[in-house]
Amino acid sequence: MQWGSWAEFWAMGGYGLYVWGSFAVTLLCMAGEMVSLISTERAARKHDGEKA
Amino acid sequence: MAAINWFKFSSPHSFYPLAGRMMPWFLAASLLLSIVGLYVAFFVAPTDFQQGESYRIIFIHVPAAWMSMFIYLVMAGWAGAGLVFNTRLSGMMARALAPTGAMFTFLALWTGALWGKPTWGTWWVWDARLTSELILLFLYIGFLSLTAAIEDERRADRAGAVLALVGVVNIPIIYFSVVWWNTLHQGASVSLKSAPKMATTMLIGMLLMALAFWMYSIAAALLRVRSIIREREPRAAAEV
Repeated sequence: MQWGSWAEFWAMGGYGLYVWGSFAVTLLCMAGEMVSLISTERAARKHDGEKA
Repeated sequence: MAAINWFKFSSPHSFYPLAGRMMPWFLAASLLLSIVGLYVAFFVAPTDFQQGESYRIIFIHVPAAWMSMFIYLVMAGWAGAGLVFNTRLSGMMARALAPTGAMFTFLALWTGALWGKPTWGTWWVWDARLTSELILLFLYIGFLSLTAAIEDERRADRAGAVLALVGVVNIPIIYFSVVWWNTLHQGASVSLKSAPKMATTMLIGMLLMALAFWMYSIAAALLRVRSIIREREPRAAAEV
């Protein structure tokens, strides 16, 4: 663990904006896509349940 | 020995439940790999002596770029199979992959720009690697809009397949752009032929994240192909 403190971790050696800007957008896109896919899946399974 | 029926799961009806059963495993694998990968990326891999901490963007930039090219090839493969075998599911698989491929292409460009700003001093430059990756994004968007614009799904699959196959030439161009042209973008640090030019922990973190993104893409494609099957062939989607 080479980060002295959480503050240092978020600062990311002064590159915080770039590093966290990259990771945040990546997480947002991937999580967003997966959540929408899974909710479609769940809606279908619930519908199948009612129909069956 | 009984002959293997290679086409056992090539019908939407038989593949639908299989995709449903496989998907959770791939999703779990991607979550596990990314947790371990992120831990290595931030808590094990050391500070880079030149770039300091900004290099940590590599842990998502390279996996996203690799997936943007890899998904395109797999998508074009399915599209080609659909044309050759005239199998409905192949076209569905190509359509299921396209949005995720487009997303990773955007992410490769986005993370690349955020890495370029502190390192090169600019968000964008008309460099061979960046430009060919941008063309890849246009190809994905072209595939998505072309297939969405055609009413008849089977015709849309065929039109999309032609576009996807034509666009395949762009993938080697992206990959070798750093070799063929004098580019600002650095050359390949990872190759199967030579020893890695990266510190071991950095390489391990990057490969873990690449595997995580790969598992994620499979899970996303399996989920999306199920929703495509439900849309196109509701009877096939009735749980067996």
